[in-house]
Amino acid sequence: MAPTRREFLKIAGVSAIGLVLPPLPSLTGAQAGMPAAGVVSPAVPKPLPALTAKRWAMTVEPRKCRPGCTDCITACHLEHNVPDFGNPKDDVHWISLERVEHIFPAEAHPRLPESITKLPVPALCNHCENPPCVRVCPTQATFKRADGIVMMDYHRCIGCRFCMAACPYGSRSMNYRDPRPFIRKINPAFPTRTKGVVEKCNFCEERLARGILPACVIACKDKALAFGDLEDPRSDVRLILDKGLSLRRRPDLGTGPQVYYIL
Amino acid sequence: MLEKALKGSRGYGIWVAFLLLLVAIGFFFYLRQLDYGLGITGMSRDVSWGLYIAQFTFLVGIAASAVMLVLPYYLHDFKAFGKITILGEFLAVSAVVMCITFIFVDLGQPGRVMNVLLYPSPTSVLFWDMVVLNGYLLLNIVTGWTVLGCEKKGIPPPAWVKPLIILSIPWAISIHTVTAFIYSGLPGRGFWLTAIMAPRFLASAFASGPALLILFCLILRRFGRFDAGEKAIQTLAKIVTYALATSIFFVLVELFTAFYSQIPGHMQHHLYLIAGLDGHNVIARWMAVSAFTAMASLVLLIIPRTRKRESLLAVACCGVFLSLWIEKGLGLVVTGFVPSPLETITDYTPTGPEVAITTGIWALGLLIVTIFYKIFVSVRKE
Amino acid sequence: MKLYNGGKIIAGIVVFLIVATFPFWYGRGKAVSLPDLKLDTPAIQRLKEKLCVEPAPFMRSNHMKLLGAWREGAVREGIRSYTAADGRVFQVSLTGTCLECHSNKKQFCDRCHDYTGAKPACWNCHIIPEEVR
Repeated sequence: MAPTRREFLKIAGVSAIGLVLPPLPSLTGAQAGMPAAGVVSPAVPKPLPALTAKRWAMTVEPRKCRPGCTDCITACHLEHNVPDFGNPKDDVHWISLERVEHIFPAEAHPRLPESITKLPVPALCNHCENPPCVRVCPTQATFKRADGIVMMDYHRCIGCRFCMAACPYGSRSMNYRDPRPFIRKINPAFPTRTKGVVEKCNFCEERLARGILPACVIACKDKALAFGDLEDPRSDVRLILDKGLSLRRRPDLGTGPQVYYIL
Repeated sequence: MLEKALKGSRGYGIWVAFLLLLVAIGFFFYLRQLDYGLGITGMSRDVSWGLYIAQFTFLVGIAASAVMLVLPYYLHDFKAFGKITILGEFLAVSAVVMCITFIFVDLGQPGRVMNVLLYPSPTSVLFWDMVVLNGYLLLNIVTGWTVLGCEKKGIPPPAWVKPLIILSIPWAISIHTVTAFIYSGLPGRGFWLTAIMAPRFLASAFASGPALLILFCLILRRFGRFDAGEKAIQTLAKIVTYALATSIFFVLVELFTAFYSQIPGHMQHHLYLIAGLDGHNVIARWMAVSAFTAMASLVLLIIPRTRKRESLLAVACCGVFLSLWIEKGLGLVVTGFVPSPLETITDYTPTGPEVAITTGIWALGLLIVTIFYKIFVSVRKE
Repeated sequence: MKLYNGGKIIAGIVVFLIVATFPFWYGRGKAVSLPDLKLDTPAIQRLKEKLCVEPAPFMRSNHMKLLGAWREGAVREGIRSYTAADGRVFQVSLTGTCLECHSNKKQFCDRCHDYTGAKPACWNCHIIPEEVR
């Protein structure tokens, strides 16, 4: 006897589910291997062990910067293929030099001496302890690692720019155009980004994994930038912070920034 | 019932063709945007949301305003609205479709939009916005279409429709509250970081939405030979009046807090909005138009004699719509970014392609409204 | 039984058949040869054992899954080494590992991708060393 419409639909539904289910486990692509010590690859020399920390942080001492120096910016942008679009509208930068009254609006006042007001202050992503950008990201394309670094997953980013609205520090840049033609000198050891995603400083996590410090820290000839583990009492950053007063940007907002400024 | 949209007067055909042309032009420019990137718009590193998100913000309000017809009728048996709740639901469908389209064209990587569902992020307001907007769309499509279909057949709607319609009432409030929460929870944006953001959104929604509905009813009476009834239109007008007054009041209390406290961080944004900063005063000039129009419309609406004269009512409704579109569709979003966290002032001017895409999406929404209302009018005639 | 609108229906069916069979009649007599993959890069020639990360048949069907797992592991978990099924350890990097050996993308990767019409977006960001040198 021919099936009723109801029976037919039931069978069709079950069959459809049966067709979809089997390939599902393989879609998860569970292939991750175990991280092994002593990474070996035919053409690459034996690398340094990765730098690890419980809580990465950076200290900045603008008083040490020599006037007109932009070595940290140049090093960072070269290392990471950050484009130069040549106009403020499309501008992408991971680190920039700003004025004291813009970085510390609450602390600055009209009677600060020129020795302070003319200081160039490096500004970058603060890799906050309580990052609002991570909170608002609808795809978790930006996320916080256990060691404190706020990461960007450029594969997952949909370019909604909610993170840019949420960041109280102006640390993030959107690729409003294809960045490739605007990269002065491509560093083949690091990918570029594509148009339509938001990017920012990553505390050089790929260099930390290779056992070297961030590009800006190494490039600074005046040693104005220090980088290390806040939980290690003998790290560079702790030694500097233990010396006296340090400031963070907009601490009243509760973001817990991890870039500390000593003026 | 869709076939009813395919037959119409010559004027109807010309209107539909015109809208389709605008949609096609918008689509063409969207393809250019896909190729070039969002840099084809006027958005920048400092002003990272512009016309698209602003339109979405304004239109969520229009979508929510269907509740102003549904609530009195379904909860309080206000019979005068009985004929036109469907108009509100169809307007909601069109508005939500426009919202979703505006969000989509604003994405830098639209092909990855499903990531929002593949990697649900409950801490992100944008995730919840996707959920509630699509839920509201589904609700209104199902209830509107079912009720209209039953009217066509001359039978009462099935029992399951009523709970869905009742559900759409708190859901309408939720879509606009969630959209307000996109703005009002961001620590670095003092202009938006105010609890009154959600109430402001609702007040302007309940003014601009019903104002648009009144205009549609007047148009339908003129061109569609459908009369919503004097009582319905006048009640809607009173709703617009109260909502507009509330919306203006909310703006004024915001100004009080900003300027009486004399806190620079609070004042800067409002100064930019109403007076301009350092000579950057394009937004301020638009806001002056918005303020004047709002006041003039409020006067026309408050005085019963002018409110009852439908020609003046139509003018007032256009004024309400325009005023609130400027305020929510331009002023709100851009001002949140100026001054930037580093205290720079960056002007935002929408570009030609951006305006073309925006116009195309508005045309799409009007097309949806036109088609739905045409079907509605044809069903009514039977 | 009368066929109403017969002219339009028959015409519609004919148009449909022409469009639906387009791939078959348009390409007839124009056979496209199978992709010819070149594995003679300097890096591969230097290898003692000509083995990829995993065996070639596995890589042929699953390289995208492997890369996807590498991507999630490297970006989101910080896992930068991969132990293959036979115990060899590799650095997780498309440009640094895969393209180190397969440095001839145009004569290798592109051959199959073009043939199958696959357009991986990876190259928007990940650098192809030969194009940048």
